[in-house]
Amino acid sequence: MGGFAETYFWPAVTMILTSVVAMLVLLVIIAYLLYADRKVWAAVQLRRGPNVVGPWGLLQSFADLLKFVFKEPIIPSGANKGIFLLAPLISTVLALAAWAVVPLDDGVVIADINVGVLYIFAISSLAVYGIIMGGWASNSKYPFLGALRSAAQMVSYEVSIGFVIICVLLVVGSLNLTDIVLAQAEGIGTAMGLAPSLLDWHWLILLPMFVVFFISALAETNRPPFDLPEAESELVAGYMSEYSSTPYVMFFLGEYVAITLMCALGTILFLGGWLPPLDVAWLNWVPGTVWFVAKTLFLFFLMAMVKAFVPRYRYDQLMRLGWKVFLPLSLAMVVAVAAVVQLTAEG
Amino acid sequence: MEALLESYLPLVVFIGVALVIGLALLIAPFIVAYKNPDPEKLSAYECGFAPFDDARMKFDIRFYLVAILFIIFDLEVAFLFPWAVSFGDLGWFGFWSMMIFLGVLTIGFVYEWKKGALEWD
Repeated sequence: MGGFAETYFWPAVTMILTSVVAMLVLLVIIAYLLYADRKVWAAVQLRRGPNVVGPWGLLQSFADLLKFVFKEPIIPSGANKGIFLLAPLISTVLALAAWAVVPLDDGVVIADINVGVLYIFAISSLAVYGIIMGGWASNSKYPFLGALRSAAQMVSYEVSIGFVIICVLLVVGSLNLTDIVLAQAEGIGTAMGLAPSLLDWHWLILLPMFVVFFISALAETNRPPFDLPEAESELVAGYMSEYSSTPYVMFFLGEYVAITLMCALGTILFLGGWLPPLDVAWLNWVPGTVWFVAKTLFLFFLMAMVKAFVPRYRYDQLMRLGWKVFLPLSLAMVVAVAAVVQLTAEG
Repeated sequence: MEALLESYLPLVVFIGVALVIGLALLIAPFIVAYKNPDPEKLSAYECGFAPFDDARMKFDIRFYLVAILFIIFDLEVAFLFPWAVSFGDLGWFGFWSMMIFLGVLTIGFVYEWKKGALEWD
């Protein structure tokens, strides 16, 4: 039995411990991102934002969580109870599950699988189920309309995100997220004889795709200015209208985890993951994880600024942008990138 | 451990941990929170008055069209994934084969556009 303990038991224990620690770190980071989001939003509007709970309001998110746990959970009498409770669980678990393949540094990843991009794409596609189940099971009009809108919106922009990922894959030739980052160590800059720098990353050669990805990520995660499913001026809170207590928090948590995941994915696909921006000794000395987190936070900051600056889209504008602008554009870019890759491989 | 198990088991464990955290959050208020339900509180929300009729009502056909379009294009993306990864080995033959496939789909997309299936007014 010694062999069993060494080959299966201890590795399993290590795996569980790593997963638990990673998950807790992720949740604490999400809690502070929520706080940061509110602070940025407040600063743009010349308010103070949360500043009462803890020093500078740093414990605000945890106080909110406690408050929600002690709120009365309400299940509407007309609701399909099982599905009603399953919906928030699905959104949270799926959003968290996608983080298993995100590499923070070379080798710092829970599961370094060969189909990392495909896994993230698949898991984030499933997120729409949580929303449509919640909206349908509530058996109420506002959630129903919100869920319909949300489903249509998310699937529309998922197509563009798919094409954007295809473009990156054409350049890299691997589905592994670590390979995608390492492929960005060399690029335009090194081809021109410069030292490895931020010019090598994919954001420069695939700039239109980066823009499409960023805007599609906003729409895919129901982030303002595309937060139509929960447009409070018309649909109360959309698919979340009937939820209270922690089921509501879980939708909220799932949304923020998904937003952060999109920021991390943007960092991996376009901003060179954990690679330092310049090949200078003291920048190389900084751990890769720090660069990764810094770039993810930069993208999150951009998303927070967009939320503060941009007015909400109308639904027909949203669908027109998705199907008539982004889809043809990204399709054309797939063709163009494929042709360029093939031509450079020849010559 | 086998290589396959070694790369995919952490994934399963991670999803398991996520599930445990999610379930704990979901169950917590049912144990600790104060409960005092009454019929009004449990009725569907409709801006203050009693709900008129069933919420599972008819909805716009365009949502259905969007779903169909999505299936077509998502399948296309699914076909593109293996093509993109092995693109370096396929050469011009691979390039033109996929261009013909994309061309056929684009004709369908243009037809859909001209028919007005993408208009929301």
